[in-house]
Amino acid sequence: MKARQLVILSGKGGTGKTSISASLAGLARRAVLADCDVDAPDLHLILRPGVISRERFVSGYVASIDGGVCTRCGRCIQECAFSAIDEGYSVDSVACEGCGVCELVCPVGAAKLSKSECGEWFVSGTRFGTMVHARLDPGRENSGRLVSLVRSKAIEIAERESSGIIVIDGPPGIGCPVIASVSGCDMALVVTEPSMSGESDLLRALDMVSHFGAAAAVIINKWDINAKIADRIEATCGDRGVPVVGRIPYDTAFTQAQIAGLSLLEYGEGAAVDGTRDACTRALELIES
Amino acid sequence: MKIAITADRKGDGAQVDPRFGRAKYFAVCDTDSGECEYVDNAQNLNAMQGAGVQAAAAVAHTGAEVVITGNCGPKAFASLGQSGIKVVVGASGGVAEVLETFKRGEYEYADQSNVEGHW
Amino acid sequence: MILAVASGKGGTGKTTVATGLALAMASRGHRVQFLDCDVEEPNAAILLKPGMERSRRVASMVPKIDTAKCTLCGKCSDFCRFNALVTFPDRVDVFPELCHACRGCVLACPENAISEARVEIGTIEEGKAGDIRFAHGLLDIGQARATPILGALRAAIDPQRDVVLDAPPGTSCPFVETARMADACVLVTEPTPFGLYDLGLAVDALRGMDIAFSVAINRCDLGDDRVERYCREEGIDVVLRIQNDVDIAKAYSEGRPITDLGEGYSKMLYEMFERVSGGSPAR
Repeated sequence: MKARQLVILSGKGGTGKTSISASLAGLARRAVLADCDVDAPDLHLILRPGVISRERFVSGYVASIDGGVCTRCGRCIQECAFSAIDEGYSVDSVACEGCGVCELVCPVGAAKLSKSECGEWFVSGTRFGTMVHARLDPGRENSGRLVSLVRSKAIEIAERESSGIIVIDGPPGIGCPVIASVSGCDMALVVTEPSMSGESDLLRALDMVSHFGAAAAVIINKWDINAKIADRIEATCGDRGVPVVGRIPYDTAFTQAQIAGLSLLEYGEGAAVDGTRDACTRALELIES
Repeated sequence: MKIAITADRKGDGAQVDPRFGRAKYFAVCDTDSGECEYVDNAQNLNAMQGAGVQAAAAVAHTGAEVVITGNCGPKAFASLGQSGIKVVVGASGGVAEVLETFKRGEYEYADQSNVEGHW
Repeated sequence: MILAVASGKGGTGKTTVATGLALAMASRGHRVQFLDCDVEEPNAAILLKPGMERSRRVASMVPKIDTAKCTLCGKCSDFCRFNALVTFPDRVDVFPELCHACRGCVLACPENAISEARVEIGTIEEGKAGDIRFAHGLLDIGQARATPILGALRAAIDPQRDVVLDAPPGTSCPFVETARMADACVLVTEPTPFGLYDLGLAVDALRGMDIAFSVAINRCDLGDDRVERYCREEGIDVVLRIQNDVDIAKAYSEGRPITDLGEGYSKMLYEMFERVSGGSPAR
């Protein structure tokens, strides 16, 4: 049977997404883990993976201009849609999107594209299962492609290991890396916080999830910071037919567990730990059904 | 007629490659003569986006009327359909056996893709 | 001065600091402009509550094939490195979601059969919050690329004002493009393992781009001293420290800026500005 894919999202950053992903990873049985937040991956700080294999990520292209051949005619600067070439005819490799227009229009062959190495991906062992994770080099584009790679490797490994579930720690936001982590998933679990920003970001995240055809569920973290908004969020989810699988009270245990390098459920006891365990258990039951 | 079977290697012993867009090769086989020509799909192997549709175009250019593969995503499926190419999914095993199974009329054409696309 | 407030990790307090800073500066006579550059999840308007005055759609382009002129030669799809164009025996298909709007296909077509079709990808809204000029961008749901909207925000920068940019989280292209609009960048972090790790990534990104930066530590008493140690070792100036205060969280949750809690925070944020800018006055 194909492994279920559960992606944990937040829309807004800082709601506790990765802490909850770590807890889910611990609770799920026969899970493969994927950290798809390739811009700022944090799951490894709790799961402390032992790297089994690593590979550089080559994706896309980057342009360079041979100063010895260049006649400074300016056509490349004129045609570059990304303002990636400066008056000194050197290419800003961060702005360059590797489209090839400069190579196309250069009359003397001074502008050339070459393959761009822009990150690294890993397959590792952790105490909760095999984990696929990656790091995009700072300032790079193509994070969507790296996310797709991490996901497809996780799917391959899940097939090999006959895993029942892939737990995916997703990126914040709603743009291309998030889309790459959501499309094709069975369920997106959105972790929110009861603030006006959290609420507004949650709605955009839910819109994005339904746009890409996945089921959704919500966890309200730090709910007691603002009980009124927590209730409002719960009501809105009810109206949209999105189940709220749990509420977790604000607790510095989230930070302390992180500092101890443990998932919340390994770290200790208390209302937040119980709330997290209940919410995660319910989320796992939902995705199995 | 010509059909295209996704293949994991060239020649004897080739097995059906379960992925359409990122198949290593297409075995383009003539159902009358039984001969297969292998078309390289290398440029799509590492493509992160759009591999399925590019592969569909490559197949369309071979003149194949049918694709036989393991999994085919929605965009590739739609593109093949627009080119009048029928699709069989869920196939596995040796390319030679698959060709024989097809000639015996034992495959059903899919009416939709069977996997989600990857972004 | 154009100051970007950014963070590798989300949720560290970027928007809290950025909006508080803009208000602190405005209350001391600076002419301020605030640009919320987090176009996927813009939140600053919740805290600054601008009266919106205008709104316009932001467009990018996708290729449009004139089938009468197209000879199906395949040069456009051969050129396109993003697989946004695919040539079949009987047609050329365009995939707008993959297009990077480089216009290379238009240039590559020998028959002049490709033109640029306008495609709308988001919205820019502009207005005023008191004396603060405000603008934010909103990426349409389902769109993947924020770049054209950031370009539109960059074009809206008012050179006669001090500008505060609220950057998106992360270290990839939207963050980089925002940081490039600025003279300097403040990275907001928290003293936790996630905070430190993501701060390191953001620092790597900025160093690679030669942009001046410093660090603000939020919830500085909650966690350990790893971020302070890192900043010391790296020679990075810590320009602001805010203690964990659940009243800040509550105020934020209700859409109230940090300066609402008292003059103390306003003063702290303005002192940060003075440290970062070397005391340059409003233009």
